[in-house]
Amino acid sequence: MADQTTNSIAFVADGNIPESPPPANETGVVKWLRDNLFSNVTNSVLTIISLYVVYLLLASTMPWMLNGVWNASSLAECREILAGKSGACFAVLTERWHQLLYGFKYPADAYWRPNVAFVLMLVAIAPVLFFDLPRKLLLFTAVYPFLAFWLIWGGTILAPLVALVGFVAAAYVFQTFGRSSFAVGFFGAIAAAFAVWLIGGALIPEGASENAMLSAVPSRDLGGYMLNMMLGVTCVSLSLPLGIVLALGRQSSMPLIKWICVIFIEFVRGVPLITLLFVASVMLAYFFPPESTVDLFLRVVIMITMFSAAYIAEVIRGGLAALPRGQYEAADSLGLDYPQAMRLIILPQAMKISIPGIVNVAVGLFKDTTLVSVISMFDLVGMIRGPILASTEWNGVYWELLGFAALVFFVVCYGISQYSQWLERRLATDHH
Amino acid sequence: MSTLTDPPNAGFRLSMLFNDTRYRSLTFQVIAAIVLALCIWYLGNNLIQNLRAAGLNISYSFLGDPAGYDINQRLVEYDSQSSHARAALVGVLNTLLVAFLACITATVFGVVAGVLRLSNNWLVSKLMAVYVEIFRNIPVLIWIIIIFTIMTAVMPGPRAFRGDNATSSMVLDLFAFTNRGVYVPMPWFESGLFASAFMNWMVVLAGLVASWFVSGRVTNWANHKQEETGERPKTLLIKLAIWFVPFAVLMLIMGLSWEVPALKGFNFKGGIKIGGPLIALWFALSIYTGAFIAENVRAGIQAISKGQTEAAAALGLRQGRIMNLVVLPQALRVIIPPLISQYLNITKNSSLAIAVGYADITATLGGITLNQTGRAIECVLLLMLFYLTASLTISMVMNIYNSSVKLKER
Repeated sequence: MADQTTNSIAFVADGNIPESPPPANETGVVKWLRDNLFSNVTNSVLTIISLYVVYLLLASTMPWMLNGVWNASSLAECREILAGKSGACFAVLTERWHQLLYGFKYPADAYWRPNVAFVLMLVAIAPVLFFDLPRKLLLFTAVYPFLAFWLIWGGTILAPLVALVGFVAAAYVFQTFGRSSFAVGFFGAIAAAFAVWLIGGALIPEGASENAMLSAVPSRDLGGYMLNMMLGVTCVSLSLPLGIVLALGRQSSMPLIKWICVIFIEFVRGVPLITLLFVASVMLAYFFPPESTVDLFLRVVIMITMFSAAYIAEVIRGGLAALPRGQYEAADSLGLDYPQAMRLIILPQAMKISIPGIVNVAVGLFKDTTLVSVISMFDLVGMIRGPILASTEWNGVYWELLGFAALVFFVVCYGISQYSQWLERRLATDHH
Repeated sequence: MSTLTDPPNAGFRLSMLFNDTRYRSLTFQVIAAIVLALCIWYLGNNLIQNLRAAGLNISYSFLGDPAGYDINQRLVEYDSQSSHARAALVGVLNTLLVAFLACITATVFGVVAGVLRLSNNWLVSKLMAVYVEIFRNIPVLIWIIIIFTIMTAVMPGPRAFRGDNATSSMVLDLFAFTNRGVYVPMPWFESGLFASAFMNWMVVLAGLVASWFVSGRVTNWANHKQEETGERPKTLLIKLAIWFVPFAVLMLIMGLSWEVPALKGFNFKGGIKIGGPLIALWFALSIYTGAFIAENVRAGIQAISKGQTEAAAALGLRQGRIMNLVVLPQALRVIIPPLISQYLNITKNSSLAIAVGYADITATLGGITLNQTGRAIECVLLLMLFYLTASLTISMVMNIYNSSVKLKER
């Protein structure tokens, strides 16, 4: 029986057949191309159109970029070097580099000061952005604004020092009294700060700025990309606390405070930034005491801060509204009072929800700093449209300059939005 | 036994103003009111003193004075002898014009880019991602200037169209792209029903509204028929007829003809001239805001869970109906609110017109009028009033829409 079976079967496999490779169009590049670019007729047509668009873009820009001239003193010289070829005249960037960065009036021997301030800013911002860094670095962040002010504006070191001492006094008073009663600590801190500033202001001798270690630079001499950076950083950091206060005020159960905040927020959000800048340039001076002269930079900072604070307030309000009621009730049932509940329970969670929105506002604000060129401040765009394009040497070098401006804004804004996405992933506590 | 929340019987003490929750909110509001009043008094007092020192007063009578400047791009009659108020009106209309045009094109760009970004074609979706990132991360002012530069520095002058060996020619012999603006053919009526062109266009508009109304009735009739018999009558041809036949008849009666721009002397004459500043502003606002709208559209479509599509497919709906009846109505609920706030942004960003010399309200009232009359406070206040009105109107529309599409919960 067994023999019969073995004989009647012609072949019995006694091992595995080796695996054959998958069909050529189901692996590697070919499969990827088929799946992603040529899966059907429509897709193939779209792919070909896209390839053509990419080709057109590269064909028109690449030779221009690669032929770029980096060393020349005027457009005419550039054209001589190019001798009829298509090519960019990047020489305008190298020749006017300092003007693009610092404006045309900032003293040339002081360029190192904004540079140092910029590097220190990176150090000061790092512990705020990355939680893993040692917390002690936050002390430097607290000192940084005064240091940067001294570096950029120069003059006597006493002025920022007095301001700093005022804040230290306020923090000390708040630490001492704020533990028992928030209100006493808060108002005491404000009183302490003002007392220090008044006394300190009187102590600074007249003309202290004249032969100070760093020569004084008036605000109107600031310009270039430095001005965009300064406006952006200052206004974002000032508008964040103001925005939190406005958001809490809008949530408040006290009708008067609620309506003040609502009217402020809706008013500011309803008008374009340009009109607020007009207010800063032509109208705000009427509201200051007659003998005082508040410089344009400060007026612009006030208006931009108000503008972005209103937007940040709305973002944070969204975060507050997204918190479940249970969080508020849990804080109440623990016996926390309002400031404690907000500081320890509500705001940390609400801020976490609001991070993407706040970053969007920050990016928008940084882009909007270019608007100051409309009220004749010479920021990067103002420098390009004003002194540089109007000069006889560089009249007509549009693309290199505008491309440079676009590039520097893109790098910063794209970087910030990438950071916010990283932060969102980092802070995510839910499971997916 | 009394509950713990009963107020203590002791009399009123001053510290209760801060420590007792019954009085505390009142105390804070009184403090806030006093601080607010002090601020207003301080600012107002400064204002009065400054105005007195400068010999000024607050008065709006300058609005009636002749403006004394010309405006190229205008929708209503205006010349340099017209009043400042008239100039402001020209500005308002120009603002609304560019905002309206930019809203339409930005929506088109945004929807196309947003849908294509979800395409399963790798190259297309990456290209759209690049578009979105590049345009979102560069200030709109720079885009406006870039496009304005293209319009003025790259486009050929009218001179280039002249002669036998002209370096430029009109596109299709109908459109002329010059550095002074784009010239397009203008439709007009040879035998209009009314003397004024405006009234004739109103007739056309009325005809279209009537077509829209009738076509809506046809849809209702088809719905009824479907509910009664289960069969949906074919309405496509009927609807096409309702839309096009009256329109065509109207055009024939009124004798539609086109005025094509032509080179006369040193410049193009005839047709509609769309100035470079308008195009720069329009196009820049469109591509910039389009990038934001693309992200909203993408988020809206992605917010609809795949289960919805699959459930609809399980019910036997065709691909097109799944989109129309299931996905889009839900996605629109997510897309529309941010879309309308983008429209709001377009309206506000159109104030950047002043950077390229487009005569919108900011450039007329807030620019030339302000500089000529020196009436800074009045001009800026009027300017803000206009934008506030526009913004509040748009957000009111948004709120009405939001409440109409809100999920109806028990």
